This record gives sequence, structure tokens and C-alpha cells, in this order.
Amino acid sequence: MATYSTNEFKGGLKIMLDNDPCSIIENEFVKPGKGQAFNRVKIRNLKTGRVIERTFKSGDTVESADVVDVEMQYLYSDGEFWHFMVPDTYEQYQADKNAVSDAVKWLKEQDICIMTLWNDSPLSVTPPNFVELSITETDPGLKGDTSGGGGKPATLESGAVVRVPLFVQIGEMIRVDTRTGEYVSRVKE
Amino acid sequence: MLASWQPVADIRQLRQRAQLLAAIRQFFACRDVLEVETPLLCRATGTDPNLDFFASQFHRTPATQTLFLQTSPEFAMKRLLAAGSGSIFQICKAFRNGETGRFHNPEFTILEWYRVGFTLQQLMDEVADLLLGLLGPDLQRLSVLRISYQQLFTQHTGLDALVFERWAYRQFADGQDYPEADGICGDDHALWLDFLFSHCVQNKMPEDTLCLVFGYPAVQSSLARLNPEDARVAERFEVFINGMELGNGFFELCDADEQEARFDSEIAHRRQHSLPDVAKDKLFLAALKAGLPDCSGVAIGLDRLMMIVSGCDAIAETLAFPIGNA
Repeated sequence: MATYSTNEFKGGLKIMLDNDPCSIIENEFVKPGKGQAFNRVKIRNLKTGRVIERTFKSGDTVESADVVDVEMQYLYSDGEFWHFMVPDTYEQYQADKNAVSDAVKWLKEQDICIMTLWNDSPLSVTPPNFVELSITETDPGLKGDTSGGGGKPATLESGAVVRVPLFVQIGEMIRVDTRTGEYVSRVKE
Repeated sequence: MLASWQPVADIRQLRQRAQLLAAIRQFFACRDVLEVETPLLCRATGTDPNLDFFASQFHRTPATQTLFLQTSPEFAMKRLLAAGSGSIFQICKAFRNGETGRFHNPEFTILEWYRVGFTLQQLMDEVADLLLGLLGPDLQRLSVLRISYQQLFTQHTGLDALVFERWAYRQFADGQDYPEADGICGDDHALWLDFLFSHCVQNKMPEDTLCLVFGYPAVQSSLARLNPEDARVAERFEVFINGMELGNGFFELCDADEQEARFDSEIAHRRQHSLPDVAKDKLFLAALKAGLPDCSGVAIGLDRLMMIVSGCDAIAETLAFPIGNA
């Protein structure tokens, strides 16, 4: 297994810590003038999403984590697993509930997502930054109402609930920013 | 990404830096301290295992000689002191390999001075005078706190810095959410002190305070003399402003034999830990044998002082061309 020295630490580097794959968020070099140097590192556990801080002695090495991001198309869910495919190779992967996690409410068949693989098995799924989904449920708004006001909740075909302007109706397609969960615009078909 | 040709520090910063250097020179001129220059490229360097150096090859046909970029001008300045220079100061570049970060640039500007006949207390007074005089009007109101390492350490950790009890140190580290400390520090008292001081003490120093911490534990004595009344304590101090380490001062060790013994043990430590080998600086040792006058000396990192003077968050912002675009 490859290793990294603390000198190579930088944001985005994937390492193994306590047997879990982690990603380095921030690395600060700490050194008393006449003493031992340390690397104070902020790390995200990629399995749990938890962010922790950990100190290393400068010059020490840690095991790298075999983590890669791959673009995949979301195919379907069988209730237990979510199935994805690498478009170039037709290779298929099935992600469990843990890996899909919060992304589940944005998943739409055929959309291209980022699948993070650890040792070639699904670790997490990141939906596209923008998705277009149709509205399955929302209070009927008043005709002629323009935007403004606080809006109203709307349930989308994927199950997500977002706030939309009052004029948006059931059956309409809208564009949503998945990073903030906010309505962007109506989509004209 | 291609580094930019443009300086990182703005021109206003460079002007401030020039003023700072001029003010320092004036300070020492008023006190009759002689400005000196010593080589940055020397045939020997310090053996301190915690300092990584840059080595270079000097082609002096037909032979090649290894020369070292100085981690500080200390040894050469002490040779001048032994030769009877009297009190001296120097502003120069120093080089430390592998040190880069928010507070570190591998090439940095150091102010180092030695006062013949000064006790450590007198030198601490002078450090406070100099620093307060260099800071702008809003910073000159900093209060000055003198506190012993042992007292400061106990205040923030409840532990005794001079008495090493691994279980107690570990218990405290675990409680502070540093369970990794025991694996890193093991039975090494000095390493524990480095860890706990930098993680749990430095960041809790009072704000708006120039903090002079004296009486460092002997395990961290480096080039300082030991306190004649308590051999657990070294005649060493450090100066901090708002928790940022700015300088390190010693009542200088004059005993050539003890100095040589410390070099030997540092060299042994280097071999044990597969660190690059260095030879003892024989010219420095010869100067000590000839006799170093009783003196106290201190080195201040001027780029960090610039951070405070100009309110920057990172050392790179005080430099025209930090290592990233040097």
C-alpha cells in the first residue's frame, strides 16, 4: 500500500485513519522554534462524514486510501440498492443506503452523478450540482401571482421537498441547486 | 499552477518593513551595539535534531566542499564575541529546510543580538523595550507579562512541566481530545512539552499581551546555561505576542566541554533517528575554548513581527516573494 509523508499533506489527499478512508481538509504546520514540528490536520471521515482534528509528528507517514471519484449514470433502485453504471465501460455498481445517504432525494434515473469508490466499492454518491425534477405535490397557487412572498413547499418526483414560488404548479419541471436545496427556475419543456 | 511574478506583499508592506529595519538599527545605534555581518554559507551548521538545513556544493576545483546555509547566525556571532567584539547585532536571512506554513517560510529574516555582561532579565527588558517601540500606537498599549514556563504550563494544563509523569500527561491529553499524543510522544518528556505547549498553552495566552516566558525546562535547554540553583531549569526565555512565538533568548553557554557534549548527544540522536549527519562546528568550539564572555543573546523572527505590525494572517503576506513564488 502506498504511503504519504506529512510533507505531502494537502487538501483533498485521501488517507487511511483508524481503518477508515478519510480526506484531508486542512493542514497546518506547527513548530516551536527549538522543538519538534507537528502537522495539525483537519480530516473528514469519508464513511461517516464526520470531521475530526488529528496531530501528526512531522515526517511521519500514513497509509494512502484507495479512493477515486468516477462519473456514473444512475440507473434505478430496487428498494435495497441503488444501481449505477460507468457510461464508457457499462460496468455496474450497487450502492447501499449508507453510501447513497442524503443524495437519495436528488437521484433521477439517467442523471450523471459522482460516485466515490473506496477499494472499488461505493463509498458515497454526489448528485449533479443542478437537477431538473417535476413537482408531484404542492398547494395550488393563485393564477397571475408573480414571485415574491415566502413561497410554498413542493414535493418533487425524487421525494425531495423544496420551497418554490407560489406560481409553480403540480406537474411542472423545476431546476434545483442540490448543494443548497434551493429552487433555481422553472424549466420550459 | 504557475506562480505569479507579482509580489505577494503590497508596496505599503514593503515600506513598513523598511521602516521597521531602520528603527531597529537606530535602537541599537543608540545603545552602542555594533552591527555585524557573518556568512550565511558556512562549512558547518548546528546539530540540533529539530532543525533541518539546506546543504550546497561549493566547486573549488579540483575538490568539492559541502557548505550549509545557516539556520541562524549564532555560531559565527559567538566567534566574534569570543574575539572581543563587545555587544553585537545582526539582521540577516536564515534558512530552515522543510518549514513552511502559516507561520513559517524556509527562508526568513532574523534579528539576532548578544549583550555582553547582560543577565537574562536585563535582556528580557531590552526585548520588551525594542518590541513595544517598534509596534504602532495601537499596539504599544500591549501589557507585558513575565511568567515562568512552569507557572504558565501549570495554569493551562494543571501539570508540572519540570516533573514528567507520563500517565498524568496522557490523562490530560486524552481529556483535551488529543488521544494521539501518547503515541507520538511516548516517554520523551521534551516532546510532550512541545506537544502540550503548542496545542494547549500557546493558544490560551492572554490577548493584547507581550508575554515573556522564562525558565524553560532543562530538557529544552538547547544552547542555554542551566540555572545554578535548580538544574531542572535552563536560563532561556521566549517572547510571544498574542500567542505567536517571536523569539528565543539564552544566557549563553560558555563551557566548551559541555557544549561539545551536547553536540555529541545531538549527533547520536540524529544517527539513531536516521536524520542527515552533521559534523561539530570546530571553529565555534575553538572560540568557546578561547573564552566567550558572559553574555545573553536572543533571536527574533522579523517576518512574524511584520505579521503583527501589519495585521497579516500569514507570513507569506509579509514577504515580497514567499517560497511559493520565490
